[in-house]
Amino acid sequence: MSNKKTKKLTPTQQEYKMFAKQRVPKRPVLLNSIRAFIAGGIICTIGQGLQWMFMTYFGFSEVTAGNPTVAVLIIAAVLLTGFGVYDHISQWAGAGTAVPVTGFANTIASAAIEHRTEGYVLGVGGNMFKLAGSVIAYGVFSAFVVALIKIIIKALGGI
Amino acid sequence: MLQGHQTWVFKAEPVIRSSAAVGGPFESKGALAGDFDILHEDVWLGQDSCEKAEKKMLEQACEKAIDKAGMKKEDVQFFLSGDLMNQIISSSFAARTLGVPYLGLFGACSSSMEGLALAALIVNSKAGENTLAAASSHNVAVEKQFRYPSEYGSQKPPTAQWTVTGAGAALLSLNGEGPRVTSATIGRVIDMGLSDPFNMGTAMAPAAVDTIQAHFRDLKREPNYYDLIATGDLGRIGHKIAGDLLDKHGIKIPPAIFTDCGILIYKEDQPVMAGGSGCGCSATVTYGHFLNRMRKGELKRILIVATGALMSPLSYQQKETIPCIAHAVSIEM
Repeated sequence: MSNKKTKKLTPTQQEYKMFAKQRVPKRPVLLNSIRAFIAGGIICTIGQGLQWMFMTYFGFSEVTAGNPTVAVLIIAAVLLTGFGVYDHISQWAGAGTAVPVTGFANTIASAAIEHRTEGYVLGVGGNMFKLAGSVIAYGVFSAFVVALIKIIIKALGGI
Repeated sequence: MLQGHQTWVFKAEPVIRSSAAVGGPFESKGALAGDFDILHEDVWLGQDSCEKAEKKMLEQACEKAIDKAGMKKEDVQFFLSGDLMNQIISSSFAARTLGVPYLGLFGACSSSMEGLALAALIVNSKAGENTLAAASSHNVAVEKQFRYPSEYGSQKPPTAQWTVTGAGAALLSLNGEGPRVTSATIGRVIDMGLSDPFNMGTAMAPAAVDTIQAHFRDLKREPNYYDLIATGDLGRIGHKIAGDLLDKHGIKIPPAIFTDCGILIYKEDQPVMAGGSGCGCSATVTYGHFLNRMRKGELKRILIVATGALMSPLSYQQKETIPCIAHAVSIEM
């Protein structure tokens, strides 16, 4: 992508890009990864704890405990978003809070809150999937493709 | 009047009779809190949307400026204002309340100095005796329009900037006491091929450099003519690049007098990444902080170079690069 883009730029623009590049601090990728690992790990540990709790005290099986576990995490993420805390945690945690189900809940809740002033139909309803919409669209599509591949392999006598 | 290619010299030297700055909660904790006339603890200002809150701030800034000059709305002939909202609604809606003949401006974050330059032109040419120039921005409203919902948990890079919640207004007259607007350099649109909306300072720096160069070339001045040269909202990274670029082009501005509104407005420990941005940034810092310092006699001659990124959310999604502009206005005591 970057190669295609630089080709379109004039020599002066390219020169400036190089000039600026030397002076622009880079994203601290390693630090961000470590933080994401810690934060994501904590969220998953909480999830594991919840699953264990539902299995031990509420009689869920390992499979069925998944639903209430995800529900609790989603509610927690939505509440933290509503109280204006989630975005501060995310600035520190990065992908650690974006990748788990909490991140998905945050995209929907934050968009819903943001567009509350435009009314419930055109505002909240119309915009709450503004960010999550592409996750759903491509998520469903890739699940479909993977399932199709699995069926084809099975039909051909594999696995 | 016109000197060189793109600079206006105002012979009549319009006077900034009064100015006002209004800020939000984040600005009240900032480094220049003392220079705001009105500070709000509530980012919504008791309104039911942040867009209405911005309009309210702009109205307050205008009313305060008119009030400080001891005038009434009826004494003001023209009102020039700009902001970052789609169709500049904050400015137009504030103008509806004011009821003063109005010209809406859009120069992104450079609207503040675009307004001041045009107001000075109007007053200088005696097309209007008292002219009001204003600009505003609102953090939540701008983030919503240009980036993500404010509660969305995205990790901002170190180059990102924090949009100032604030409005500034200045009332220009032919006569009276106060700092005088002596010249203005209107900038060209410069596009250096950058397209990252989280790195506006770097995109805008060449525009600031181009305008500063043009200003000194047209007026045959040296940078040390000024006590202070401030860029609008380049932030720490963009400002550093602008300084280096000026150096490369042979314009030596002493670091002690070269600053940026986006760096000054917040404290070091506030989580604003590279600094402040938005129309409200250069407007409040200039109409509040800098003019107060001039009135106290700390500064005699200043040059404000307000920078703007002329992009829209649509244009960057369509992979367009960011065209930028800068307008410079010199104010002397």
